Amino acid sequence: MKERRIVRELLESKQRIMSLSFVVGVVFLILLVRLWHLQILSADDYHAMSENNRLRFVPVAASRGAILDRTGRVLVSNRPSFSLAVIPQEVKDKEALLTLLSGLLGLDRADMAERWEKSKGRAKYYPIVLASNITRDHVEIVEENHLRLPGVEIEMKPVREYSSKQLAAHLLGYIGEISEKELDVTGFEEYNPGDYIGKNGIERALEKELHGGDGGRQLEVDARGRVLRTISESSPTVGNSVVLTIDATVQKQAELAFGSQAGAAVAMDVSSGEILAFVSNPGFDPALFSGKMPADVWKSYLDDKRHPLENKALSGQYPPGSTFKVVTALAGLQDNRINESTSFNCSGSYDLGTSTFKCWNKKGHGSTNLRKSLRESCDVFYYNLADKLGVDKIATVAKAFKLGAPLGVELLNERSGLIPTSEWKLKRFGKKWFHGETLSVAIGQGAVLLTPIQLASMIATVANEGTIYRPHVVKRIVDADGKTLRESKNEIIGTAVYPKESYRLVKQGLLAVVNEPGGTGAMARLPDVKVAGKTGTSQVVKLRDSKYGTPYQYKDHALFVAFAPFDKPEIAVAVVIEHGEHGGAAAAPIAGRILRAYFDGKKPVRKDVSGTADKDDSDDDNDTGMKEPRTSGDAVHD
Amino acid sequence: MIDRRLLINIDWVLAGLVVTVCLLGILNIYSATTPYKIVGTAYYIKQCYWMLVGLFVALTVCSLDYHILEDLSYWFYGLLLFLLIAVLVIGKRSMGATRWLNLGVMNIQPSELMKIVIIVTFARFFNSFQEAGGLRVKDVLIPFCLLALPAALIMKQPDLGTATLVILIALSMILYVGLRWSTIFTFVCVTIPMAWVGWSFLLRPYQKNRVLDFLNPERSRLGSGYHIIQSKIAVGSGGFAGKGFVKGTQSQLRFLPEQHTDFAFSVFAEEWGFLGCLLLIIIYLLLVLWGLNIARRCNDRFGSLLAVGVTAMLFWHIVINMGMVIGLFPVVGVPLPFFSYGGTSMITSMVGIGLLQNISMRRFMF
Repeated sequence: MKERRIVRELLESKQRIMSLSFVVGVVFLILLVRLWHLQILSADDYHAMSENNRLRFVPVAASRGAILDRTGRVLVSNRPSFSLAVIPQEVKDKEALLTLLSGLLGLDRADMAERWEKSKGRAKYYPIVLASNITRDHVEIVEENHLRLPGVEIEMKPVREYSSKQLAAHLLGYIGEISEKELDVTGFEEYNPGDYIGKNGIERALEKELHGGDGGRQLEVDARGRVLRTISESSPTVGNSVVLTIDATVQKQAELAFGSQAGAAVAMDVSSGEILAFVSNPGFDPALFSGKMPADVWKSYLDDKRHPLENKALSGQYPPGSTFKVVTALAGLQDNRINESTSFNCSGSYDLGTSTFKCWNKKGHGSTNLRKSLRESCDVFYYNLADKLGVDKIATVAKAFKLGAPLGVELLNERSGLIPTSEWKLKRFGKKWFHGETLSVAIGQGAVLLTPIQLASMIATVANEGTIYRPHVVKRIVDADGKTLRESKNEIIGTAVYPKESYRLVKQGLLAVVNEPGGTGAMARLPDVKVAGKTGTSQVVKLRDSKYGTPYQYKDHALFVAFAPFDKPEIAVAVVIEHGEHGGAAAAPIAGRILRAYFDGKKPVRKDVSGTADKDDSDDDNDTGMKEPRTSGDAVHD
Repeated sequence: MIDRRLLINIDWVLAGLVVTVCLLGILNIYSATTPYKIVGTAYYIKQCYWMLVGLFVALTVCSLDYHILEDLSYWFYGLLLFLLIAVLVIGKRSMGATRWLNLGVMNIQPSELMKIVIIVTFARFFNSFQEAGGLRVKDVLIPFCLLALPAALIMKQPDLGTATLVILIALSMILYVGLRWSTIFTFVCVTIPMAWVGWSFLLRPYQKNRVLDFLNPERSRLGSGYHIIQSKIAVGSGGFAGKGFVKGTQSQLRFLPEQHTDFAFSVFAEEWGFLGCLLLIIIYLLLVLWGLNIARRCNDRFGSLLAVGVTAMLFWHIVINMGMVIGLFPVVGVPLPFFSYGGTSMITSMVGIGLLQNISMRRFMF
């Protein structure tokens, strides 16, 4: 019975194969009929079309999204710009045309020829941009001479306008024509030569959001380039706008505070990771990058010893110096090597074996406890501690703070910094860790490196007692009508869990740094808000007190990290002044100015009437949170 | 390695047809890439390597008795599902979709392998299921789930082209097993309202746009509509006898997109005309019919199901690609097997050929 069924099934399936074969035959016949139709019946038409292929594609670039600060102030927007383009398939004599164009417009002939050459290998109907950002006069001249210039087109493209000039240049980045290299990179297949693309900063990191969808028209033209009909048309879609977490007012003050000094500053909201100010100084003019960069400006950027094009806040890695003592102190408390009352005597130096480690204060600090060690930044206290702890215990705390790896800010090329361990040294150099190196690490020297973002995150983590938020610069993405599409989430990337008491002791020390006599950070003090912080001075080379004064590039880096208000921290700041010599003198005042700008901005009198709703909210939070009656902010409220 | 008795049974018709298409493809790639700026090894040379690698893969596949696949099928299926999920989690992004998985030494594209694995899985399932008179509704529920899972994962990448192919292959195999009229009727009754509900209530506007874009690329993406016109001009202007080797103006002046990969047939049609196309289509037709013939001659159900699946895979690739080039279908990134430039497609197709060869060689072994 069963066998009969199987046989029957087998026969049936053989029959079905025959039907399937029949279907296959029919489908292939359809393909052939279609080919017959195209290649035999309509062959002449298509042949004519191919002989005289005059289909043309006119791209219409999408308007790029704007970039705004957290209060809705426009930082980057667009204005129209014209470029001169040519459609190669319509040009009979390339050389004559180039000569004519350069004669009429006074543009560099060699430059245009080079651009033309570069676009070789592209479809002949696709316009090649010969000159970007031409003037309205040029546009008029081209239009007047239209008949003498077959194949020449004027393309209107929106270009970037930076409303606040150089403000936050490194963060915003700039756009430029897509390079050949970028065209080959996956992810940019839809781009064509001559298209604009974000080169770095937010412009690059959020290219996909900002760019929008380019539109265009497919046209049929006659042999002279006159449009016969539009075959199809699609309008461009405007790119989305990016609202940053940056507060332009704080940013502005921070940049002013730097003056001509090289360095970086990052201000961060301690309970969200939102970056409020992101400074890399000196800046540059981003507008110059989307147009034609004047050679002398370019040269001046390259020659400047302060490296204006480098994004120091993101990619600068600095020895944290004494700011790192915060980490060492926590490691000491965690390992029960010290408590509130533990004191070490500082004679001005510390002997380990045959070597001597000096305190910055040659006269010594005398008997020093934790609070004093932070306040006066005594090195010997930490040498003692490091001698007992060993490097790996320090590194454990640093890693719990998520230092030594990129924190995941949206921008590209975030550096990782470096937290050395004995294992790291063995792997990297194949050498054993020397105990003496631990003493350097304890005061943020030796191999330790942190980026300004990491410094800000480190002090923010101390401020909020152990929560590490992913630092971020994008608050939300909005569409062209201002409707919110996506909101950034505050993301906790780790926790540094230590006893409340440990954090309290360290924070008390940091408060003393700024507010007690003998504190190294007095210059960051504010009249109405309690600031806590830590100075740092980090050696660039082991060469000091040269008779003729230290040359610029060998001078020490000055650092300052701070948070405020002390009782209910809101904002954390890290400032690095390259070769600024003393953290307390060079970096602390800048941190103070950034903090002042932040708290001034929260005062209702200065509040923007058009401020967004959530800004009002944060102000309200503050009213309940600020307990000190003497702050002027509250006085106005009352 | 390979049994001597099997060697004399090698299916030379199958091998001959495949190698012929490969060689025509290489010739065509040579012409299609002449206007390119070539960096490193030329495309046609690389395609020669791919062909050799492919033939080696096919040989390897046919050296093992295909019956072991029956036992392994569900393991393969599970592994592939795992890989598809892995792609979504840790895959390599390129061209706005995540399709590749980096295995350290090489990158693999699990969705491509799924085409083969779905064939093996369905063959196994329907082999253990012998019901005369066609499948009832309850009989297709499990295969439907087996199909829906990977199809959904592939769509998520998003790779609608491959997802569609996987579905078409599976449906072809179900059709071969046979459906009762009542099943077809139920299917229609369920699908249409469900599609309507999904479209009206579940999909968000941007998702709808994506579906519409897929169905009709001329709707929004600038390139596609233009490219179809250019492709039709290329094919049409080829006329009866073609413009001659490396003489196609459309391809040499680069009016065609992707002219060595997805639009390779368009170059061929322009340069070799209707006669060339006729030849190529006849070869493909013979290949597909021969695949079905292998299924017919095979005396065990698993083998013939396998053969039908592989043949369906080749068939749909051919029809969708050619249909696209001559403007019958929307633009989908589906290559022409053995003819378009590219290693992934070559390897997958060759695995299929290896299976067909395998089944064909062992038909006398019972």
